[in-house]
Amino acid sequence: MPPLSILLWLPAACGLLGALLPAGAARIPTPATAPGGKVRRPSSPAGIVALLGSLAALGLAIAYIADYKAGGGPQHVTDTMWISSLGIHYKLAVTGLNVILLGMTTLLFAAAILASNVRAGGPPERPRLFYFQLLLAESAVIGAFLAQDLILFVAFFDLMLIPFYFLIGTWGRDPEGSTRVRATTKLVIYTLVGSLLMLAGAVATGVLSAQQGGGHVDFAFSALQHMPLSTGSQEWIFLMFAAAFLVKMPAFPLHGWMPDGYRAMPVEVLMVFSGVLSKVGAYGFLAVVLPLFPRAAVHFQTVMLLVALASIIYGSAQAFTQTDARLIAGYSSVAQLGFITLGIFALNSQGAQGALLQMVNHALVVAPLLFIVALLAERAGGSEDIRRMGGIAFRAPVLASVFLIVALATLAMPGSGNFAGEFLILLGVFKAKQAIAIIAFAGVVMASVYALRLFIRAMHNRVGPGVTPREMTVRDGAVLVPIVAVILFFALYPQLALKRSERSVQGAVAQAQVLTTPRHLSARVTDLDQVFNATSQE
Amino acid sequence: MTFLLATAHLKGPHVDFGGLSPLIALLGGAVIVLMFGLIGSQWVRAQLVPALSLGALGAALGLTIWQWGAEKSIVSGALRIDALSLVLNLVLIAGGICAVLLAWRSRAAEEAAHGEFHALLLTSVAGMSLLASAQNTVALFVGLELLSIPLYVLCATEMRREHSLESGLKYLIVGSVGSATLLYGLAMIYGATGTTDFSGIAAKLAAGGVSSDVLTLTGIALCVGGLCFKASIAPFHQWTPDVYEGAPTPVTAFMAVTTKVAAFGAFLRFFDVALIETQSSWAPALAALATITIIVGNVGALGQSSLKRMLAYSSVAQAGYMLAGIVVATKLGAQATVLYLVVYLMMNMAAFATIVARERATGQGDSIASLAGLGREHPLLAWPMTLAMLGLAGIPATAGLIGKIYLIEATVDGGYAWLGVVIVLGSMISLGYYLPVIAAMWMRDASAAGALPRSGGEGPLPALAGGSAELDEQEPRVRGLQLEVVLVAVVAGAATLFFGIVPQPLFELVRHTGSALGLL
Repeated sequence: MPPLSILLWLPAACGLLGALLPAGAARIPTPATAPGGKVRRPSSPAGIVALLGSLAALGLAIAYIADYKAGGGPQHVTDTMWISSLGIHYKLAVTGLNVILLGMTTLLFAAAILASNVRAGGPPERPRLFYFQLLLAESAVIGAFLAQDLILFVAFFDLMLIPFYFLIGTWGRDPEGSTRVRATTKLVIYTLVGSLLMLAGAVATGVLSAQQGGGHVDFAFSALQHMPLSTGSQEWIFLMFAAAFLVKMPAFPLHGWMPDGYRAMPVEVLMVFSGVLSKVGAYGFLAVVLPLFPRAAVHFQTVMLLVALASIIYGSAQAFTQTDARLIAGYSSVAQLGFITLGIFALNSQGAQGALLQMVNHALVVAPLLFIVALLAERAGGSEDIRRMGGIAFRAPVLASVFLIVALATLAMPGSGNFAGEFLILLGVFKAKQAIAIIAFAGVVMASVYALRLFIRAMHNRVGPGVTPREMTVRDGAVLVPIVAVILFFALYPQLALKRSERSVQGAVAQAQVLTTPRHLSARVTDLDQVFNATSQE
Repeated sequence: MTFLLATAHLKGPHVDFGGLSPLIALLGGAVIVLMFGLIGSQWVRAQLVPALSLGALGAALGLTIWQWGAEKSIVSGALRIDALSLVLNLVLIAGGICAVLLAWRSRAAEEAAHGEFHALLLTSVAGMSLLASAQNTVALFVGLELLSIPLYVLCATEMRREHSLESGLKYLIVGSVGSATLLYGLAMIYGATGTTDFSGIAAKLAAGGVSSDVLTLTGIALCVGGLCFKASIAPFHQWTPDVYEGAPTPVTAFMAVTTKVAAFGAFLRFFDVALIETQSSWAPALAALATITIIVGNVGALGQSSLKRMLAYSSVAQAGYMLAGIVVATKLGAQATVLYLVVYLMMNMAAFATIVARERATGQGDSIASLAGLGREHPLLAWPMTLAMLGLAGIPATAGLIGKIYLIEATVDGGYAWLGVVIVLGSMISLGYYLPVIAAMWMRDASAAGALPRSGGEGPLPALAGGSAELDEQEPRVRGLQLEVVLVAVVAGAATLFFGIVPQPLFELVRHTGSALGLL
């Protein structure tokens, strides 16, 4: 297998290559005509380079998934010093926690880049800068998943937002006049606020643990795990990390950027933002917070579970009252991310495994959902309001079936991968806190309400005013069908993810799990040392 | 006469010309430049004089590098040549070179008859260099005045523009108050300890008896105040926005960076060497000042439509970050401060070079509107400015983040973890004014904002308008790009990016600065 740096930097390199290419085809003065009769900008060489790059990254990610040996600990490790004076490593590895997420990330970025290439209006204006930013974002997200050093993780986590600032601010939609830049600034500041706090927390983690351990400052995860912090330090640092991750997801009280931000994003960008970026937050809880701050995780378990519960209820309630289809998807994400948080803070391996599976599942359903919303809006005169949609299922049966599959997966139909994920999560929470699990079941019911409402209002009922029913094109199919195929694949074989992640997830939650389990009940793992050994192998 | 010469066996002190050579190059350069400025030929004045200034700065640079690794006290112990003063010299000279390049074709240099302008600039750099290596209160004060007085004049070099004159006058008055305060403080410390030598003061304070003396403590407080005036630390920062805005932009660029470098050099040497024994009494005060500065600077910068004013407040905030490294009084803290000064030079020069270019090209002064559509028009200017803004905010892949990480690490390590949190809180607020600059460049079209100066519109026009009538409208005098300005922007921007990704050379550069001070 090639080193992980290739997977990490390949997208950014392709973006740079595309940016340096001559504008070329964009100058040809005879634009093709799109099916809608609108003038279609010709595809740009930068877009094609971007597509090839993202497909190559996808191929590499699939190869890493196939190559991953379940239970083998970190694999394909790259470890060199980045800043030796500060003890910061450039350390990348594939673990059970990130291997599937890598596949998901590269798949969604490839789909988004394809979508931007094939959409009716043609590729965006100034395509070289657009694809450069999008691919830079891909590299940053991959970097955040691969990083095995705390500062490196934080750096990639912060970095991934900057390309989105440009993407949304420059190419965003502007439904209400000049609000786009404002919405973008709000989104970026909101989400960076948490991230910067996390930076202070991360530096403090390294310095304080070195002071306690008496050694040199070393930010590698493996080194930090051996020098656990005092409970007091863990608690304030935990809060800083939690702020970063909860904003990014977003969770209930911290979602203020979401409605404006979602409305301002171009659809390709929204697909990856909603599908992938939110998962980095959840991944951060699993890969960083639980192993490094287990005592704080136990201390704040109930608070976090209540936040998750509030997100589920609030998100679901908003999702079945909104009429903007995009915001329905947005609020359903809040609810789904609530489930994921719930699973992680069950602090046992079932819950965490379910959360990991659900991260993939949610990404796989929300991206096509948003793309379909964009297709529907094209047919409804550009409006994304579900009151203006409707009645196109008979004229567009393929689109309707694809949409139905996605909608059923969203509501976690038994047999779908989402069902397996939510089942594991609730099982885990049931073991940890029964009362919360019982309330969370309501979220499952509400999911079916908003998912079916969206489907019925958009596809059935009367044909809406100004709606031109039209089947989706082959180009649109090229974006949707592969993702739907993966959804169906996970419905049949969620083991692909579960088997690979099992050992790593156990390692991640082990310390926290021991701390929550009453001593006399923990028959299987009573010896703390045994657990520390297990985690350090991971 | 011959008798006098014959009996002149007075034993003069040994002069280490090697150690003094950078200063000699700068002051000698100043004299030569002044002389050449008297020649009538336009070519000599407009082209040769700046070239000679560059030559003097280049010679000083070379001589500084020649001295690399030296550890010695010169001029009877008044000056110290060590890793700290050499690194700061490098930064000062680099700042001087950028300023000369930016001023090459500026109105300010023209109105101040070139020769005088560049001579003053070189003298000021010499003063800064003196200040950064002073280890004696007299040398400290001489250095401070030598850097300040030329700057008072430089601020007012656009003689026919009211704001420039106002800026010079304001700086003169406030600066003199600052100098006087410092002088009082130094005198009191001399009164308490009986010596002007830093190590002597430290020894006297360590011996006990005077460290909690009222005279000593008042002296320290006055010194803090005086130096804070120069480093524009709140609440002594009020002059900063007005002076920065009014001064000619190349001069603003110069003083934004180099006075900070010199003032923090003095801070480091005076507080971390001479007053180290009383750290417990001044550290909490400085920590409080740093917090206030970070908040005041960042909040003040919000909503400014003049870029120079915004950068002035931002420089106040950045001074607060750097002060955090002095508070902890550790080796790590000193190194973090010096590293941040290096990074600060790159980021600010990239930003100011862009402002200079836009000021000359658009006629909108330094208004944020002058940047509209820059991303499409001149990516070579827009990218450095973008990197500078991201760097100042502390975003990954820029050197600004590395500087912040190091500062936070120093604060946590020194037991001031809360100050590290204040630094990131400040960075958060700062996004509120750095991001709109990026938005203006990339997300607004020049046509939408209006390529030509107009009255009204969104927000007030830059405060440049409103001064004396005939000079309000700065006509666009330049079409296209000026090579040397773009060069400064691109080099500074590239350095910001490069050292954000490969920061190790920066750490190597500052590695010995902390131990040079004898800190733990």
